[in-house]
Amino acid sequence: MVKRVVTGAHYGLKDWLAQRITALVMAVYVIVVVGILLACTPHSYEDWRALFAHQPMRIATLVFFLSLFWHAWIGMRDILMDYINPTGVRLGLEVAVVLVLAGYAVWVVQILWSL
Amino acid sequence: MKFRIYRYDPDKDSQPRMQDYDVEMQPSDRMLLDALIRIKSVDDSLSLRRSCREGVCGSDAKNINGKNGLACITRLSDLKEPVELRPLPGLPVIRDLIVDMTQFFKQYHSVKPYLVNNQPSPEKERRQSPAEREELDGLYECILCACCSTACPSFWWNPDKFVGPAGLLQAYRFLADSRDEATSERLDNLEDPYRLFRCHSIMNCVDVCPKGLNPTRAIGKIKDLMVKRAV
Repeated sequence: MVKRVVTGAHYGLKDWLAQRITALVMAVYVIVVVGILLACTPHSYEDWRALFAHQPMRIATLVFFLSLFWHAWIGMRDILMDYINPTGVRLGLEVAVVLVLAGYAVWVVQILWSL
Repeated sequence: MKFRIYRYDPDKDSQPRMQDYDVEMQPSDRMLLDALIRIKSVDDSLSLRRSCREGVCGSDAKNINGKNGLACITRLSDLKEPVELRPLPGLPVIRDLIVDMTQFFKQYHSVKPYLVNNQPSPEKERRQSPAEREELDGLYECILCACCSTACPSFWWNPDKFVGPAGLLQAYRFLADSRDEATSERLDNLEDPYRLFRCHSIMNCVDVCPKGLNPTRAIGKIKDLMVKRAV
């Protein structure tokens, strides 16, 4: 392959913005959940289960985790871009990260909707 | 006064080494550059760049006790001994404290650091309101000493792809200029995961800038313009 420095992929803004928005979503969720836990502290397994089986809580938790995985994807890709130079290896690792995060997302849905 | 200075002559040395100096200072030696010139009068094999000796030309930037700065405006009385001097990090060393700035200037040139305006020139000048002129404060003062870019880890890892804080500050200097007409082309040129978005706002550039400028804020404003354009 030609040894040439190539830039100009014309993306990055969306990811940068997404990273900030997902961070905000996570911060709001954490504050709300801590508030709920302080207001009515669950004492037993049944209490915890009831809390997360509540539909709005379930959806909020799912949104939190999807934000987390999206945020993690952007961060992981940034790290791989900095430290892994061979294009093939980098692409392979990026695909692995996406697959793992997608797996986690399915797992989160499975856990939340089995409560 | 005690100094430890990075020495490397690629013609003679296989490895860089640190050389100790203990030099008697005169009362007139106030800045680090005075001390370096004093050292050079004892050991003329020491190589360094300097020109204006008053923080305007930007040629004597180096790593001083672990932090990038200009030797000519760094007070000797503020320095802990032994003063450890190294070339700017991340750039190839030509000799001793002199680095090869080619990559740095390549990035600077890549942002087209000049006014783009295709209108016919007015008879006298392209006028700006005082408010429009004020937009350029904190941007035009950059002397391209490279202290900021060589303090930036993103520039260390990708000097060939990431524009770096100095180049991005200049990019914003022309984006902010009311007389410039190439806003969209400039933003296109920067919208890239490497060229702009390697900056993660760690603010090393702000910490070291000898002119007290804030490249991180300028980079934030470039991102703001991109958001404004996209949403």
